[in-house]
Amino acid sequence: MLKYLDEYRDAPLALEIAEAIRGLSTKPFNIMEVCGGHTMAIRKNGIQKIVGENINLISGPGCPVCVTSKVDIDKAIAISQIEDVALCTFGDMIYVPGTKMSLSEAKARGRDIRTVYSVYDAIGFAKKEKEKKIIFISIGFETTTPTVSAAVKQCAREGISNFGILTLNKTMPAALREVLSEEESKIDALLCPGHVSTITGTGMYNFIVDELGVSCCISGFEPVDMLKAIYILTEGHEVGEKKLANAYERAVKAEGNKKARAMMEEVFRAASVEWRGFGVIPGSGLELKDDYAKFDAGKIFDIDVPPAEETDRCMCGDILRGKLKPIDCKLFKTACTPEDPQGACMVSSEGTCAAWYKYGEL
Amino acid sequence: MNSKVTIAHGSGGKMTRALIKDVFFKYLGNDILDRCDDSAVIEIDKGRIAVTTDSFVVKPIFFPGGDIGKLAICGTVNDLAVSGAEPKYITCGFIIEEGFPVTDLEVIVRSMAKWACEANVKIVAGDTKVVEIGEADGIFINTSGVGILKHDRELGVDKISSGDKIIVSGTIGDHAIAILSKRKGLRFESTIESDCAPLNKMLTEVIESGAEVKFMRDVTRGGLATTLNEVAEDVGILINEESLPVSEPVRGATELLGLDPVYLANEGKVIILVKASDEAKVLQILKNNEYGAKAETIGEVTEENVGKVCLKTILGVTRIIDMPTAEHLPRIC
Amino acid sequence: MCWSVPGKIIDIEGNIATVEHSGVQRKVPLDLITDPAIGEYVLVHAGYAIQKVSEEKAKFTIDFFKTRGKNA
Repeated sequence: MLKYLDEYRDAPLALEIAEAIRGLSTKPFNIMEVCGGHTMAIRKNGIQKIVGENINLISGPGCPVCVTSKVDIDKAIAISQIEDVALCTFGDMIYVPGTKMSLSEAKARGRDIRTVYSVYDAIGFAKKEKEKKIIFISIGFETTTPTVSAAVKQCAREGISNFGILTLNKTMPAALREVLSEEESKIDALLCPGHVSTITGTGMYNFIVDELGVSCCISGFEPVDMLKAIYILTEGHEVGEKKLANAYERAVKAEGNKKARAMMEEVFRAASVEWRGFGVIPGSGLELKDDYAKFDAGKIFDIDVPPAEETDRCMCGDILRGKLKPIDCKLFKTACTPEDPQGACMVSSEGTCAAWYKYGEL
Repeated sequence: MNSKVTIAHGSGGKMTRALIKDVFFKYLGNDILDRCDDSAVIEIDKGRIAVTTDSFVVKPIFFPGGDIGKLAICGTVNDLAVSGAEPKYITCGFIIEEGFPVTDLEVIVRSMAKWACEANVKIVAGDTKVVEIGEADGIFINTSGVGILKHDRELGVDKISSGDKIIVSGTIGDHAIAILSKRKGLRFESTIESDCAPLNKMLTEVIESGAEVKFMRDVTRGGLATTLNEVAEDVGILINEESLPVSEPVRGATELLGLDPVYLANEGKVIILVKASDEAKVLQILKNNEYGAKAETIGEVTEENVGKVCLKTILGVTRIIDMPTAEHLPRIC
Repeated sequence: MCWSVPGKIIDIEGNIATVEHSGVQRKVPLDLITDPAIGEYVLVHAGYAIQKVSEEKAKFTIDFFKTRGKNA
């Protein structure tokens, strides 16, 4: 029995909530699920098929692998070419194509590239292999960034000097404002990322409801969780009420995780970074503060990598913004497949197009 | 006998003879092998034989529930058994890296002897080569296997027809998780052991029961999803998510690592496609067997969606299970 | 965005907890958790505990709909 998971996979209860949603919903309703994890969970269970015709679930820019720019992949590959470097990365990043190759191709050409499940394992390598320079590719949003902050602080505390990170972390608010401020943005509500919210708390979404007039509901990732959140959003939509709700209370407190946020703020500061399909979004990324500059791979090595351009036929930008669906992209399932991905939305196991392809429509 | 395998052991001279006598023959010796001929001469009465080959490069070499030697025997035996043959003879080629501990080699060969005996097969020919440090990763084993078909039944994908039932012989994903739990950079403790096992006796019972078996295949590297997609060329396949047998520890591990059990490797599981009327008979035989205790009917062959494998989710919605494209890695998002 | 699963703290040694997920155990740093205790459930993401799971709030999600669902 997987406690706190199986209870929320109770099919009869889930189907009951879905039936109530269909009964409640009378007009078209566009909900963006911001998080790639939600895109996967919706498609894997088939939620989009039981909430009725009116409700349209749209994927958002919430997959940290998808939004990693090509030039950042090229930087990671450049670092892996440096002697005595062991490059550690999450499994998700391995197949993302850079300009010339992906990390898995660089590994096949003999570079020391290791997939890890946690930055903590990379610290383990740094302690054991003093002669190696262990560089961790740090991706992720507010859920993952605190783990890297803890790792950097640990290395500083324990004087581990052969460890560094390539900071590719991003934050949610700026990107959400960008997506929702488009003139023809037809997004009525957000299904908000449950695990990011365990760290940030609920306050981060206030500006979306108050300034942008878009309802928000924080959701977990099991069928009952997501359907409950969709139910709450539909209730509000039917009566034209804009609100912020938290349907994942077992994990998300209003104030979030203060200790984790403090650690993040001590190690990183905001920075303007490039998102794949969006270009540079001011204040939407992070960089190491000066006190921790000795862990910054960008400073340890001088990596200069030419700017990379996207394949122009690739529609990933519009799909990440929720303006297009995978089936609207000419390349989807033709030139762009999991075996030969053209854009990041197909490469990442959690990308919108990967989810549509993998859990395909019949 | 020095403690490390050296290049000299591969040179064919005295050191090679000593290695063969003191390690290989000590455990694998039998009337055919002991003759030391250049090839094994075997009597076979008329009829059909099944021949297969496989290579084993698993890392780590020793893992919960088995080792590369057990894997080499069971993998070869199972390939023969799912073709409806009774496995009889196996050959093994070893490629060993210079510096490989002889004690480890001995453990591996002893394990091969034990599982060959369990599966009632004889190792009738072998070869050993030693390569320089770095040219191989510890030890690689290549095998070939010969089995006898004592019946004239034809198994094949072309025999499959709509309405046939699909049975899996037990819980999926055990081998992959047993290996992952020991892989560098992952490290988690669990009670999960590889399901590596010789299935020939169990499958011979199924064949001899007279049940109308259409097709059998062992479910290995790409997991259940790959095997089902291989089968679904000219038919449709519908699987029920609720009936997929997954052990609790494997569920815990797959949740933790963000993996899907249908894509995980197995080493002691088969799928059996059988005429609906014989489903109960086959299930009973499997469940009465040590290696089939958790067998389940997981779905059936359909006329609709030819060429596709469909899954009915717990919410009753049907979606596609695609063939995996690359290694199924743990993920964080 | 972030794959995370609940697990039970079954041991704590210094800053490292042993967290169990139905038969699977893994060592998990507690840097991000305030006053962790054995027996508590935590969410684990990328190998770290990132938040505690509240037992009392957990029931709320289930009961929430049982009452509301009836009169919807």
